[in-house]
Amino acid sequence: MAEKATPTLTPPPVPRELERVPLVLNQRGFGWISDRVTAITEGSAPFWWWAAFIPSVLLLGLLGFMLAYQITTGVGVWGNMHPVMWGWDIINFVWWIGIGHAGTLISAILFLLRQRWRTGVNRAAEAMTIFAVMCAGIYPALHVGRVWFDWWLFPFPNSNGPIWPQFRSPLMWDVFAVSTYFTVSVLFWYMGLIPDLAVMRDRAKTKLRQFLYGLFALGWTGSNRHWSNYEKAYLLLAGLSTPLVLSVHSIVSLDFSVSQLPGWHTTIFPPYFVAGAIFSGFGMVLTLLIPLRKICRLEEIITMRHIDVMCKVTLATGSIVGYAYAMEFFVAWYSGSAAEQFHFMNRALGPYQWGWLPMIICNVVVPQLFWFKWFRSNLWAVFIISIIVNVGMWFERFVIIVIGLHRDFLPSNWGYFKPTWVDVCTYLGTFGLFFTLFLLFVRFLPMVAISEVKGVTPQADPHHPLGGAGHVERIPDDNEGATSV
Amino acid sequence: MSAIFPKWTNRLPMMIIVGVLLVGTAVTAGVWYYFTPKYTRVGYQPIQPVPFSHATHAGQLGLDCRYCHTGVEKSWFSNIPAASTCMNCHNQVLKDDPRLTLVRESAASGKPIPWVQVHKVPDFVYFNHSVHVNRGISCVECHGPVDQMEEVYHAKPLSMAFCLECHRHPETKVRPLDKITDLNWRPESEAAQLEFGRRAREEWRVEALQNCSACHR
Repeated sequence: MAEKATPTLTPPPVPRELERVPLVLNQRGFGWISDRVTAITEGSAPFWWWAAFIPSVLLLGLLGFMLAYQITTGVGVWGNMHPVMWGWDIINFVWWIGIGHAGTLISAILFLLRQRWRTGVNRAAEAMTIFAVMCAGIYPALHVGRVWFDWWLFPFPNSNGPIWPQFRSPLMWDVFAVSTYFTVSVLFWYMGLIPDLAVMRDRAKTKLRQFLYGLFALGWTGSNRHWSNYEKAYLLLAGLSTPLVLSVHSIVSLDFSVSQLPGWHTTIFPPYFVAGAIFSGFGMVLTLLIPLRKICRLEEIITMRHIDVMCKVTLATGSIVGYAYAMEFFVAWYSGSAAEQFHFMNRALGPYQWGWLPMIICNVVVPQLFWFKWFRSNLWAVFIISIIVNVGMWFERFVIIVIGLHRDFLPSNWGYFKPTWVDVCTYLGTFGLFFTLFLLFVRFLPMVAISEVKGVTPQADPHHPLGGAGHVERIPDDNEGATSV
Repeated sequence: MSAIFPKWTNRLPMMIIVGVLLVGTAVTAGVWYYFTPKYTRVGYQPIQPVPFSHATHAGQLGLDCRYCHTGVEKSWFSNIPAASTCMNCHNQVLKDDPRLTLVRESAASGKPIPWVQVHKVPDFVYFNHSVHVNRGISCVECHGPVDQMEEVYHAKPLSMAFCLECHRHPETKVRPLDKITDLNWRPESEAAQLEFGRRAREEWRVEALQNCSACHR
């Protein structure tokens, strides 16, 4: 019957130049997607995984040693010294937390905007968010000096009065912003994982894997009711996460802009920080996914179209950041404030010019190459530019914090900041933490949202010529029927 | 799909929620009650080298606190008297009592009696006796009814909450300066106390100091 009706139901052919590149190439079936995504998590770990994992764990050990040294000795082991009382600790905090933002943007905002391409990259990007926030969280927790009093940051009834944290301080808002961000990101990530954990459970060969994946799959069977609840919860969490994409880095920026310091005390900071965060986050996503899609043979799921779109986001946010840099200089001139003008002259021409120049080159100049299709479609170019972006964003935080602090209103108060070896090793150590967690994620969890990717394939759409009940025979066997979309 | 988990595990989430609520309530209540100075400090009564009775001396005989603790109006520290102060009377009264052996030895040798300190504030707290005593805060507010204690015990929590209670509303505690060591003095009425307290705050410039560095210097 369906055969007969086909001629009248077929839509007119789309002109070739208007045809969209499908999100999964080569009309791959559901079974193929499951097999390909879970391949790395099953069987013994490949050589490259160990080759990446062992150095990561060693760096993680370095982090543990550095933190133990800092806790037992005091914050004096860092280079923070008058007048630069915020050094690498806050630079790296802002840098890591900024990186996290791409994950939330991809998973929440692009979900609400119905950007179907997000399905290929959202899982890995969300994992990146969570691990980056963990790396970031280390710094504020440690820089207070007496780590064992960190719990005083939270308001709780106490026998000291009771006394409460200073709610008017942006540093206090930061505690709430970052902890909320982390909690919601973990929830969102885990929620999205549930159907895929059920896939992993159903594919599991050993009792232990069945038990563990089964435990975290929470008894998912793929019934209509489960899917209905899941979709509602996912939408709600996306709605909750969306303001967080904008609020967290806005609040981080208020740590600076609420103060009275020239170069910090500006209203442009929140949007400028958010754009910078998304910029660096997409840089990091590209840095991670370009090698991963190659090694794990996911080129048909994370396609060149995905890379292209992410390059465009990087270009757009990088341009916003460049505009913000220019606007800061303009406002310094336009305000007529001598202190502000001095600060910006000092930024570009002062003793830290070697930090300002790479910031401009990496963040403003280099990403402009993404205007050209050649650069967006050349993986080596994209990979290198994505790393340059994050180098540039590190220098941006360095410029803001160190140049902002080292010369204030009083020349007798000036100084020059130098990091110590502990600063450097702690920063390297956070990479250990990040990559250890990320590699464990790659090895033990599906790094692409299997069910969501299946949902955006043509055969998942009953109205598509390739899909629907009439063409069931064209859909390859789905060996984990419970989770088919 | 073969069952990985037995059927009873369906009840597990509810059991966990109920369990966490119960344990959480118990832990919160336990910490609330047992982990504050109201529990950990109040009632502390160490065995002293000499069983000196404040009830006899300050209560029954009516000695003024300042007869022994002479520094309280002049210094941040309220001193423990030297044994020679005891001997002012005890070279006549109970001069051979065996309970006073240590006092006599101390007075003769000059080596202090190793009293055990009862009321302590931590090192990070600055407390000045003279400024309190000279602005209408009685001994009894922090030390309790010492004139009724056989041996001194910790009567008040001396927690930060305890300090702040008064620092937030000093008018409820200040009293006439000649009643500072009269531990049994009571205001005529609450209204009278508040009226006096407000006037005293104004005239004596008693501030409700709540900034951190008032005590944590």
